[in-house]
Amino acid sequence: MNTTQTLLNGKFSLEMQVYGSGEPLLYLHGAGGLMPVEPFLEELGKSFKVYAPQFPGYAESTGNENIDDVIDAALFYHELMDELGIPTANIVGHSMGGMLAAEVAALDVHRAKKLVLIAPAGFWIDETPIPDLFAAPLNAIAPMLFHDPKSPAAQMMTAIPTDFKALETMYVERVKRFATASKFLWPIPDRGLKKRAYRIAAPTLLIWGDDDKLISPVYAKEFTSRIRNSKLELIKNAGHMVMYEQQEALVGAIRNFLKG
Amino acid sequence: MKFTWFHLMPYRYLPEDFKEKYHSVWVDIPRDLYDPKVGHRLYNDYLDQLEYADAMGFDGLGVNEHHQNAYGLMPSPNIMAAALTRRTRNANLVVLGNSIALYNPPIRVAEEFAMLDVISGGRLIAGFPVGTSMDTNFCYGEVPATIREKYYEAHELIMKAWAAKDVFSFNGKYTKLRYVNLWPKPLQQPHPPVWIPGGGSVETYDFCADHNYQYSFLSYFGYIAGKKVADGYWDVMAKKGKELNPYSLGFAQVVAVSETDEQAEKDYAAHMDYFYNRCLHVYDGFADAPGYRTVKTIKAGMLGQVGDQAAMRREGLKWKDFLEQGYVIAGSPKTVRERLREAMKSLNCGHLMLLQQIGSMPPELVRKSTSLFATEVMPYMRDLWTGFEDKWSPKRDLPQADFAVPNPVHFEKRETNGHARVSAAATASAEVRSAK
Repeated sequence: MNTTQTLLNGKFSLEMQVYGSGEPLLYLHGAGGLMPVEPFLEELGKSFKVYAPQFPGYAESTGNENIDDVIDAALFYHELMDELGIPTANIVGHSMGGMLAAEVAALDVHRAKKLVLIAPAGFWIDETPIPDLFAAPLNAIAPMLFHDPKSPAAQMMTAIPTDFKALETMYVERVKRFATASKFLWPIPDRGLKKRAYRIAAPTLLIWGDDDKLISPVYAKEFTSRIRNSKLELIKNAGHMVMYEQQEALVGAIRNFLKG
Repeated sequence: MKFTWFHLMPYRYLPEDFKEKYHSVWVDIPRDLYDPKVGHRLYNDYLDQLEYADAMGFDGLGVNEHHQNAYGLMPSPNIMAAALTRRTRNANLVVLGNSIALYNPPIRVAEEFAMLDVISGGRLIAGFPVGTSMDTNFCYGEVPATIREKYYEAHELIMKAWAAKDVFSFNGKYTKLRYVNLWPKPLQQPHPPVWIPGGGSVETYDFCADHNYQYSFLSYFGYIAGKKVADGYWDVMAKKGKELNPYSLGFAQVVAVSETDEQAEKDYAAHMDYFYNRCLHVYDGFADAPGYRTVKTIKAGMLGQVGDQAAMRREGLKWKDFLEQGYVIAGSPKTVRERLREAMKSLNCGHLMLLQQIGSMPPELVRKSTSLFATEVMPYMRDLWTGFEDKWSPKRDLPQADFAVPNPVHFEKRETNGHARVSAAATASAEVRSAK
């Protein structure tokens, strides 16, 4: 993996992780952003050249003030793809990134060669409300995001630093990330995808952890019923953060679908 | 020194075990805890109290806006201010204020404030808060990342609407209006004084300084903790070369007066406890949505007004601690005089906003504390800041002859739908002191 800094239109400066080689794959992260290294992307890098930008407002990426809504976000990704010389690519998105990936593919149907949406946001079902992650205290986050909140991965992802300076840094970073995410997700993550999802032309794989307590797998039908060439694959013993709980199964499913 | 008698209008009957049993006083408080029959009594008691404060010679009557909570029952403070226009004469109406980013279009605020100003004969002070995170983000669904931008735009529209000589168009990001044409316009020209209530966001200092608005620091931590914020404000004012006029700073303080210090504890301790432990029992997750406060404010080490951090600071505090740490100024008139003078001097504050009804405090105690303050404390503090001009209060230049007074009301005995109506006669004007 290497990290690059990409400038885009003088509006954005992007921190981007690039893994491996092969067919291009653009990865759109969720509301929590990318960890400094993402093992599951490293694994995908064995089959693909993975581009994983930190969204503007996340980590060292700037230009978040130029994005107000999902349309701006989708156009941002279109421009980035052109800039990277991959106007069409496999697109994989998780959670908020899944919602944005669907928008990228719906607004310009030529962008996605194939589309993988992992537990994507973008819809709201009154009977199955999505818990309010924004209002969750730090100690309530692991149970919301993980099948097994006691697992080492869950503990590491949601550890609360005891050192004050580290806590402040974590708090400020969380504020920056979630403030950006709130543009698409607050107070209810429905920004009109239901009107546009039918346009998605790329073969689409929905992946969901069977124990996702944040966005329930029942949301899958909102996508599969609208996207003509789509199917759902449930991954056992996984919550919302599928990649940290069932990396092998996830990577296998993505690889099979994109290579198939 | 000027004094505004400020009402939060809390629900006084939250259960004893509220803090232990219930999630939050704000946002998702169970609706069945509210009894509208009790509410009827409370609103009328509270209006009585504000009218009493007018009669006792306070300079201002304060009301404000909050949503979905038992801490303050005024989703629309303008309704309360409207009720006050008719039975008060002297005091200014300090609406502190309308959370202008929540009104669609925000011109609604320019209209309603203009109405209040005209009805009251030019007594309105217009407050423009951002609003708490509970109110704006959680109850009204505003995106935390953009609420401040929306707030600034709403402010620009309202001020333009008040100042405009002609119809104009407004092409904002959040509000687009082809025809803006404010009818009625405020009686105070070009506009009523503007006060900006803040809870410690550093951006607010600059905003007030740049527009010559009064900065009203609304804190529950009291004057000792509040000094950091006041100093921050005065630093900005000094750097910008502004006059350090005490009247450009307002400060809210819990104040309770009794015959003696001992009696004050007997009278008020339980009600303070109710206020700090029930009215302010806000679930931490609702206190500060990500993006509501700017990174700059967070890094400045500003303490949130509510939430776990604030609650932890208050944990285990007793009456004596509340007094010592300045959360509350209470005691005999002499004690209150001394502490308040010291407090106002240390803050360089010319507009004191007193919270004299607090928590579960019943009407008779409110009346006692208010009356003692008005007669035994206020007159002894009037000399503070005599060298300074208060440029942030209404000028009150409507000629006495033009000042409208409500007609006396006569209820006649009559039968309506079979129910006998009680006969009563009341003269509204007799209940308040004649105009200054």
